[in-house]
Amino acid sequence: MPIEPTHNIAKPLSRRRWLALAAGAALGLATFAPAKAADDTIKIGILHSLSGTMAISETTLKDVMLMLIDEQNKKGGVLGKKLEAVVVDPASNWPLFAEKARELITKDKVSVVFGCWTSVSRKSVLPVFKELNSILFYPVQYEGEESERNVFYTGAAPNQQAIPAVDYLMKEEKVKRWVLAGTDYVYPRTTNKILEAYLKAKGVAQDDIMINYTPFGHSDWQTIVADIKKFGSAGKKTAVVSTINGDANVPFYKELGNQGIKATDIPVVAFSVGEEELAGLDTKPLLGHLAAWNYFESIKTPDNDKFIKEWHAFTKNDKRTTNDPMEAHYIGFNMWVKAVEKAKSFDPDKVIDALPGTKQANLTGGVSEMLPNHHITKPVFIGEIRADGQFNVVSGDPKKAKLVPGDAWSDYLEGSKDLEADWVTLKCGNYNKVQKKCLGSGT
Amino acid sequence: MQLSRNVRSCLRALALIVLLIASAAPAFAAPFEDSVAKFTTDDFSDTEDAIGEIAASGNPLAYPIISALQEGRLMVDTDAKKVYIKQPDGKAVDAATGATVDSIPDSASAVNLNNRLRRTAEAALGGLTLLSPDVGTRISAAQSVFKSHEESNLATVETALAKETNKTAKQALTEARAAILLFKSDAAEADKLDAIATIKSRGDQDALGMLSDIGSDQPASVVKAAAAAVIAIQSRLAVWSAVQNAWYGLSLGSVLLLAAIGLAITFGVMGVINMAHGEMVMIGAYCTFVVQEVIRTRYPGLFDYSLLIAVPLAFVVSGAIGVLIERSIIRFLYGRPLETLLATWGLSLVLQQAVRTLFGPTNREVGNPSWMSGAFDLGQITITYNRLWILCFTLAVFAILLLMLRFTSLGLQMRAVTQNRRMAASMGIATSRVDALTFGLGSGIAGIAGVALSQIDNVSPNLGQSYIIDSFMVVVFGGVGNLWGTLVGAFSLGIANKFLEPVAGAVLGKIAILVLIILFIQKRPRGLFALKGRAVEA
Repeated sequence: MPIEPTHNIAKPLSRRRWLALAAGAALGLATFAPAKAADDTIKIGILHSLSGTMAISETTLKDVMLMLIDEQNKKGGVLGKKLEAVVVDPASNWPLFAEKARELITKDKVSVVFGCWTSVSRKSVLPVFKELNSILFYPVQYEGEESERNVFYTGAAPNQQAIPAVDYLMKEEKVKRWVLAGTDYVYPRTTNKILEAYLKAKGVAQDDIMINYTPFGHSDWQTIVADIKKFGSAGKKTAVVSTINGDANVPFYKELGNQGIKATDIPVVAFSVGEEELAGLDTKPLLGHLAAWNYFESIKTPDNDKFIKEWHAFTKNDKRTTNDPMEAHYIGFNMWVKAVEKAKSFDPDKVIDALPGTKQANLTGGVSEMLPNHHITKPVFIGEIRADGQFNVVSGDPKKAKLVPGDAWSDYLEGSKDLEADWVTLKCGNYNKVQKKCLGSGT
Repeated sequence: MQLSRNVRSCLRALALIVLLIASAAPAFAAPFEDSVAKFTTDDFSDTEDAIGEIAASGNPLAYPIISALQEGRLMVDTDAKKVYIKQPDGKAVDAATGATVDSIPDSASAVNLNNRLRRTAEAALGGLTLLSPDVGTRISAAQSVFKSHEESNLATVETALAKETNKTAKQALTEARAAILLFKSDAAEADKLDAIATIKSRGDQDALGMLSDIGSDQPASVVKAAAAAVIAIQSRLAVWSAVQNAWYGLSLGSVLLLAAIGLAITFGVMGVINMAHGEMVMIGAYCTFVVQEVIRTRYPGLFDYSLLIAVPLAFVVSGAIGVLIERSIIRFLYGRPLETLLATWGLSLVLQQAVRTLFGPTNREVGNPSWMSGAFDLGQITITYNRLWILCFTLAVFAILLLMLRFTSLGLQMRAVTQNRRMAASMGIATSRVDALTFGLGSGIAGIAGVALSQIDNVSPNLGQSYIIDSFMVVVFGGVGNLWGTLVGAFSLGIANKFLEPVAGAVLGKIAILVLIILFIQKRPRGLFALKGRAVEA
């Protein structure tokens, strides 16, 4: 249509008036600039998405860090200094994670950062932490294939979550056909590569494996859920291994419920769905679907009861749930405090050297240890969703759970089964045991 | 003597047998209590044994116990070794004896189940409820017997079949009997072949699964018949699968249409590229959230009507915001499309942040009313209610818009301004007023779209971002200035996407659609249904 100049164009503002308006706006914004913090506190960076598709999972991690810092300050801080939290919002925007990490380390001068959830956010910040030599505690289950000197992985590696979950399904549910459904980024892609290799090593045929990827925030699950139904009706017991991340899980589970896929027919085991993600869902149609974690809120131990009580008091909300990444931050934060006290310094190099070997009691009755490959030992639990949004532990007994050491380099992939990470003796993140040399950068 | 010795040995044998039976009698007399006691260890394998024994016991308490177990009402006190049934009316019953109990101790907790136990319990319940007086219960019992095809249920199924009068139940029972016979090791070959024919005529995915899993120890003719049946069912299901994809395409198309139609109106009439259109959708979704919050706290009984209340509210709110935007920003930028693009883009960021500040950055829960949950089967396809309602709603909105454009004076003025603005102005139409109302209408429709989309997507400040690109795709593809173009464009894009998705996956499917649109635009830059006329830009 023609660009018509016959509208009643209102008189545009004169240049003087524009300048006056702009100056006024700038002045107004300046008054909102945050006050500079006191200088004799130790700053702790919190790098979690508080908006965007991952906010559903990460907001609660920011809150638990605030609680842990608050508790530590009540105990007198660390080395006599009080701790101060510096919270930034990278908004589920992966390049912004790197910018915010740089801001935390150079501008706010934090001594350590607790953050990230998606592997793509972690990969984005790695160069920053390497360049500026700071410390990142990463609390989320991930795909392995990495061991960096500046990063401490308190979440599960595939051998502490994915592989045991597949073992459980094969043994208990006698699953013969597998759907590997994930969000399209590095974590599901790598985990599915490992799982595919593992399944094939266990004798599963290629035709019995269906792999499927969706974008972040995907909301139209009709076709995929119908495909899962079809794949599951070939006469063999079928299960779905879900590495779907973020709020795409909500419409996914809703569609499962709507299309009537019951856990007794086709169980779904998820690696990134915990109590927090279920909090906004009607869980009655999801009864019996599974999740594999190293911690569940429903595990009854004195330490866990104390933690949950403190959490409810801190958030002033009895309905707030606790989950595995929160426990990972609990373990990581306490390990950092212990390492600082051992090294008697906040200097990153000294703390990095002091961390391996640190022991910290976890919330399910065991004691986690920081290993030379910067991973920790964790117990493995499989839980089924209950009607109240909590998990019923169906595998793994907290009273006699064996803690599994995290393995950074998967034994099932050609390129990594010869690799090992050891920052204490070998000082290398990817040392090739066969060639007997360090391959360089730890990713 | 010989005879007396024989008689004596006979008597001795008889005595021994009587003694054996007498000693075994308590074991036969009280196994029910022992079976119930197996629940008290709260161990998965003990519970599985308990379910099997109780189901086979014939005790009248068997059904109450197993249905209580399935529903989480079977409580066990592991220390006192007592098992209780919590009845739906709140009263408690001792599971072993059936006697009423005053109250269940607080230390008792529900018996733990995992998926395998749930399957076992479901199969057991199926066997127990085949003769229930309620037709619905009988049908679902027959279905679960079909799935589990346990031999022990054969006698009950045949009794039920003989007594059955209801056609659907009779069909379900016949299929259940066929499933049992197919897997029964000593059933006659002819019976098995008949069973295959029955299951083949059932023809759904459960039947397909069952016939594929027939096992190699069956006679050769049975295996061959099953394989042939599998192929027949698969080809029939392939046709239904295409129908299913077409349905998914229609539902995706309806979502695209709903989101894009407001944009088509503003773009068509005013030539304004409104990048804040997605935020109008988001505002409509948040209106739904607010309405539901108010209802949740003050009038819980009205929850099922929450959407009916939210629709006019969202229209008014989004429409008002739209008019406000037009009067304050867009009005100054007519004839300058790049500035409009930039200004509305900035506006979308402002709106997102405003909502983020007001409601918080995390997702907000918007519930589905009861009539929008679940699904029903039509032939071999599953149709979910929420998508069906959204499709109907979209078509209704489209029809109303069409009628409005055709029969009201505002519609007439809008059409006139679209075709030739200068001529319309010379005819006395106040074009700036028409512009403001059009923008308000387009935004209002976007708000209504937000109400519908809140039912299938997460409600967050970023909701608009997921729909803005799709809306522009539909408008560009369908052609501007004609609502029918938007309709055809939306549905064809939806169907194309859904037919590509099973083949290429969700991500590649989307990319393929974008590439196809780009190629299409090269050939027909004005879109599918272009406006013709001398005043229209060539």
